[in-house]
Amino acid sequence: MENRQKEIDKLKDYKYGFSTDIENTRAPKGLNEDVIKFISNIKKEPQWMLDFRLKAFERFKQLKEPDWQKPKYPKIDYQDLYYYSAPKSMDDKPKSLDELDPKLLETYKKLGIPLQEQARLNGIAVDAVFDSVSVATTFREELIKQGIIFCPISEAIQKHPDLVKKYLGSVIPLTDHFFATLNSAVFTDGSFVYIPEGVRCPMELSTYFRINASNTGQFERTLIIADKGSYVSYLEGCTAPMRDENQLHAANVELVALDDAEIKYSTVQNWYPGDKDGKGGIYNFVTKRGLCKGKNSKISWTQVETGSAITWKYPSCILKGDNSVGEFYSIAITNNHQKADTGTKMIHLGKNTKSKIISKGISAGFSDMTYRGLVDISSKASNSNNYTQCDSLLMGNKCGAHTVPYIKNKNSESNIAHEATTSKISEEQLHYCQQRGLSAEEAVSLIVNGFCKEVLQQLPMEFAVEAQKLVGISLEGSVG
Amino acid sequence: MKEQLQKDFDNTIKNLNLSQKDIEIKKFSLDNFLNKGFPNRKEEDWKFSDLNQIIKKNIGELSFYNDYTSTNKVDTSVFVDGLEHNKIVFINGRIEKIDFHYEKKEQIEIIDQSETINKFDNNNSLSDLNNALTNKSFKIVIKKGYQLLKPLIIYHTTNSKIWSKNINLRLDFELLEDSCLRLIDLFNDTSEKNFLNIFYNFNLKENAILKNYKIDKIENKNIKYSFNNIEQNKNTISETFILSSGSNFFKSEINCNLKGEHSSAFVNGIFSIDNNKHHEIRTIINHLTENTKSFQLIKSVLENNSKAVYQGKIFVNSDAQKTDGYQLSKAILLNKDSEFNAKPELEIYADDVKCSHGSASGSLNEDSIFYLMSRGLNYNQARELLINGFLLDVVEKITDSEIRNLIKNMIGIKE
Repeated sequence: MENRQKEIDKLKDYKYGFSTDIENTRAPKGLNEDVIKFISNIKKEPQWMLDFRLKAFERFKQLKEPDWQKPKYPKIDYQDLYYYSAPKSMDDKPKSLDELDPKLLETYKKLGIPLQEQARLNGIAVDAVFDSVSVATTFREELIKQGIIFCPISEAIQKHPDLVKKYLGSVIPLTDHFFATLNSAVFTDGSFVYIPEGVRCPMELSTYFRINASNTGQFERTLIIADKGSYVSYLEGCTAPMRDENQLHAANVELVALDDAEIKYSTVQNWYPGDKDGKGGIYNFVTKRGLCKGKNSKISWTQVETGSAITWKYPSCILKGDNSVGEFYSIAITNNHQKADTGTKMIHLGKNTKSKIISKGISAGFSDMTYRGLVDISSKASNSNNYTQCDSLLMGNKCGAHTVPYIKNKNSESNIAHEATTSKISEEQLHYCQQRGLSAEEAVSLIVNGFCKEVLQQLPMEFAVEAQKLVGISLEGSVG
Repeated sequence: MKEQLQKDFDNTIKNLNLSQKDIEIKKFSLDNFLNKGFPNRKEEDWKFSDLNQIIKKNIGELSFYNDYTSTNKVDTSVFVDGLEHNKIVFINGRIEKIDFHYEKKEQIEIIDQSETINKFDNNNSLSDLNNALTNKSFKIVIKKGYQLLKPLIIYHTTNSKIWSKNINLRLDFELLEDSCLRLIDLFNDTSEKNFLNIFYNFNLKENAILKNYKIDKIENKNIKYSFNNIEQNKNTISETFILSSGSNFFKSEINCNLKGEHSSAFVNGIFSIDNNKHHEIRTIINHLTENTKSFQLIKSVLENNSKAVYQGKIFVNSDAQKTDGYQLSKAILLNKDSEFNAKPELEIYADDVKCSHGSASGSLNEDSIFYLMSRGLNYNQARELLINGFLLDVVEKITDSEIRNLIKNMIGIKE
């Protein structure tokens, strides 16, 4: 009981900092072929999937961990991690929500995802990933009627092997960088979405990720395929309990948009950021990449990054189809000792392709924030356009804000425009707000929300409200 | 390359009168260079310009020994007409003439530093190469309160006597309190396929003003690297202008350390290149204390398979409140095969600052061309006029009217 109380006290700092006592099944510690076989076996995967993993592992052994990023971190011992952890009661998968472990349901309730209610009221289909396993997917039947597939990727491997085989690794190849390849070798679960030709997905699809067990790395894999003329909006949320050690999260997200299709991918990332002195927290090293494969396709990334000890990710778009469009909207907030090195890559290959990048970075406390982005217009991408805007806001002189854009233009008919500014919250604005009766913190929260507005507007309704609150919470204690 | 370099190094050392300790230092630099080799694409600062490859492709094997025992004849026809000026003349890397006859003798001190080694560190292997192989090096001190009456022009002349050579130059300037120097670097090359490696160091004491104009206009097949380090104390101003046009490859780096309050740095540059040329400007402006200012404007006009790179970095230390930093790069790509790469970088650790950068690249504005043609100009005239206006903007930033006119005439920009 005492422990419980302590935990609750802690929650005042990080709302999602509880962990749930559920018995876990774990793979043996360490990374080797046996562990990969164990994962593959427990998932009852077909041989081709195991081969895929082993091939990735072979490649992984030759790769060196990159070290060009701005936030440095102590060396991770990849042999000292658990690569698979699942709630024990999941060994036999529940057929419906009613069969779920009540404790699990309770956890999700604490997170604000009451699965059953959500299923009924909200009209958002949720796939929840707990540690390494996808536990529940709501609203299934409705989706099936339209021919939409929304299920854990482990299930998709069994039931829709043709689709998975065709697209898995087509955007993030096996031979990509260190963390992506590691994910290919050991990924445990994640979501799979397929929207058939011409279908406009009637509701927002959503996944909640949670790391519960200690010493585990979370490696999910998300694959979203939007067939010709379809549309889907996908939301992703993440939380983790508070632990003193750093935990690794290295997910891969692949998006494929065929002719005239549109994918909108929104993330509210609120992993545990570590305590005030920078102890603990998640290392969020995620690879997200979208391929606008067909003509007139569109992929847009929206992210609100408030959590994690270190965020290191670049959701990217490869604009391969003619007339395709890539968008990237980002808010990244770092406080205390958090570090972020995030941005995007827009790679223009097709003709008449367009991309837009809006990035807002806010750093406070002792934190460090870097926007790093690439805009590359190849010589064949005639008549393409890019517009980039990155603004940074600094609070205090112990933090840093950096902008590192790489701009490459190889086509004389294409235009690139980039602007960046760095400033602080003006004293006048603060004074004005406080004069009208707001406390200093409320004033900051208001101003920051205004600063981020362009990005917040891009989020679906349900997320926008949460994100706005999160922006306020993340900056608590940073004024003065 | 290694054996050749070792041999050439031994020959170079033989002709110099160095103490054992100095030889050790030079050897150490040489070993550093041998370890690292020429900078290549794997190094972040050389990401867009792989010097190792460029030298291999354009020159092949370099030789590093230069015989400086005999003098070269100074060809006076290259001297700038219509502007009285002081001169330093380098021919094929050998310093032939130092002439300050317009100035008061006692106000300028010229110190031969060839026999004292002052190492240059900028973390790239070219500084090691320069440390190891510079032959003569001079330090020029401008005395307190003295403002040079006439500008100084440094002629970098090379002629057909040299081929596949590496030339290393170094000059050191010290501008004491309240002094002022206007300096033009004029590159006159009739040689082909050489690699010039030039290092300048400027030390600006309180209230000093430095204006440095680098003009690489004449068509040549050489490969050049130039590095300026500028240390700025209180109330100092440095102005750098670069016209990057003639050489096959030219990378200019400017490193400014704004150490004193109210110091400011201005860097303006023009790339006007065609025919497979590859040019780069890299700037690093370090704002190290309060109330400092920097301004950078780089414009490029690129034609026929040419490639321009601009890497600009503004660094603001946590003590450097009230910093004002601005950076703008614009490029016009005139045909399909040309390429513009930019990496405008901000690294900021102080909150009360005003820093911004912008970068744009694209084609000539069709609407503007249409407008001009509708007023009776033909396509080529319209194009000329637009490019002229585009570049004039940068030239207008030159604060010295005499030199501004000189440069305008040189590159044929009309008002």
